[in-house]
Amino acid sequence: MSSGTKKHARPAPVRKKGAWTPWVYLAPALVVLAGLLVYPIYQLGLISFLEYTQAQVSGGVPATFQGFANYAHLFGDSQFWDVTLATVVFAAACVLSTLAVGCTLAVLLTRVRAVPRLALMLAALGAWATPGITGSTVWVFLFDPDFGPVNKILVWLGLSGFEDYSWTYDRYSAFALVLFEVVWCSFPFVMVTVYAGIKAIPSEVLEAAALDGASNWRIWRGVMAPMLRPILVVVTIQSIIWDFKVFTQIFVMTDGGGIAGQNLTLNVYAYQKAFASSQYSLGSAIGVVMLLMLLGVTLVYLRLLRRQGEEL
Amino acid sequence: MSFPRISLRVRRPWRLAAEATALVVAALVAFPLYWMVLSAFKPEGEIQSTEPRPWTASPSLDSFRRVFQQEDFGRYFLNSLYVAVVVVVVSALIAFLAATAVTRFRFRFRTTLLIMFLVAQMVPIEALTIPMFFLMRDLGQTVPQVGLNTLGSLMLPHIAFSLPFAIWMLRGFVKAVPQSLEEAAYIDGASRSRFLWQILFPLVLPGLVATSVFSFIGAWNDFLFAKSFIISATENSTLPMALLVFFKDEGNDWGGIMAASTVMTIPVLVFFVFVQRRLVSGLGGAVKD
Repeated sequence: MSSGTKKHARPAPVRKKGAWTPWVYLAPALVVLAGLLVYPIYQLGLISFLEYTQAQVSGGVPATFQGFANYAHLFGDSQFWDVTLATVVFAAACVLSTLAVGCTLAVLLTRVRAVPRLALMLAALGAWATPGITGSTVWVFLFDPDFGPVNKILVWLGLSGFEDYSWTYDRYSAFALVLFEVVWCSFPFVMVTVYAGIKAIPSEVLEAAALDGASNWRIWRGVMAPMLRPILVVVTIQSIIWDFKVFTQIFVMTDGGGIAGQNLTLNVYAYQKAFASSQYSLGSAIGVVMLLMLLGVTLVYLRLLRRQGEEL
Repeated sequence: MSFPRISLRVRRPWRLAAEATALVVAALVAFPLYWMVLSAFKPEGEIQSTEPRPWTASPSLDSFRRVFQQEDFGRYFLNSLYVAVVVVVVSALIAFLAATAVTRFRFRFRTTLLIMFLVAQMVPIEALTIPMFFLMRDLGQTVPQVGLNTLGSLMLPHIAFSLPFAIWMLRGFVKAVPQSLEEAAYIDGASRSRFLWQILFPLVLPGLVATSVFSFIGAWNDFLFAKSFIISATENSTLPMALLVFFKDEGNDWGGIMAASTVMTIPVLVFFVFVQRRLVSGLGGAVKD
């Protein structure tokens, strides 16, 4: 990878005098990351193998090694599987909706003149900038059964079933509500990135395809999609990582995981296990499971990057 | 050669339809924010009304007054701002140095490090709340400034969590400064640190600001660490906690919630508008093939 630079006549100023310089520059970052990221991850793994409850935290009882007992307990719990399934399905729904909305609007942006484009860009920028917690409160208020405008509009449209309908009571409508908010605040990233990608495609290529009589769908499938592939990979992976980890929205909108934990996802589940019921080792084990799942996604990502010949 | 002409004729109504759609979608996307600000200015009676209207005849500052006076909101606001600013400045400086190292030098383990920075972005930070809690508790015994219940315990984790992405994104900006400039500086007798701080740093600064928006949002948004680490010292609470105060069992104070949400959203919005141009180009750099 670095063969190009090695051929240079004199990499000397970098090599000879200051071979340590990059490490000096890197030192603060490495110290911070080692202490506050790597070490906590190590601890997370460690706690997941111990018996660690309130007695060990404040009672001074020594923590005992449990082997895989915590994991066995977790895997034997039907709620864990239920929550894992819900997490995967919910994340998948969020990713697909975000990508569909983001890509559609990116294409739409290329078809309109400056004023509508600016309006849509500004609105999207506003949604993007809204902090997760305020976004959550606003969406809950919009769908409030008593004072929210959404139910009123739905009833006005003739859907009388939404009279006083509580969105957070039913499991699926609660998940849907969270999904709306997640899509709302994450589609702008996809839209802006894909739009930039489309703009980077030489217009001659598209014109040539149009001249050959290709339909819009054919142009998208045959010309744009392949050229946008690298960008689509990045936004897909980013969306998976973000949506798999959704915490704030679930926690705020469904009040910590919904009625009887019906809206728990792994992230919130781990938190509730650890801090609500003081089962720190079970919470850590859930965290480790999540970490491993995301690591799998990361490896796929690195593979795809490498296949594209990305130079890091 | 009739194809282009046909497609041109078809295009006009299609474009108008597309523009109408774009405007409707823009209105829909902006609606939640509009509703938030509107509700914040509505008088109490209109918010708790079963017939919500998309306008208000008598805007009032009552909700904002309630937010700022009763709940010690100003203090929480300053706490949040303080935490976010420290996180932004510290992580920007550290990330600048690290990004310089990985883009302007060739050394062993460089690629390995870059991959590690990438992997580090995937770590679900919420999952680390548990070990972080113990780490802050133990650290607090030796360094009281960062123990539980302090603002320091909120700064440290966010500095760490914002670093990998900041380094990743800054690479593009640091790389963009031409190599010849560096050589010219050395020929003119500039020392390495002089080049770093007086030439490279000002050139990268706009990119640094754009990158900072993400560290800012991370710290500004956080309510999990605030909820878990600030247990008894409520004077060290942050904005999100103050917002959640208005959720009450006997009925939420929606006016207060919306006013507090508005106050919390505005700084991020301003920051975003300020850096959006650089942000998009920076993302292009970070995301680029």
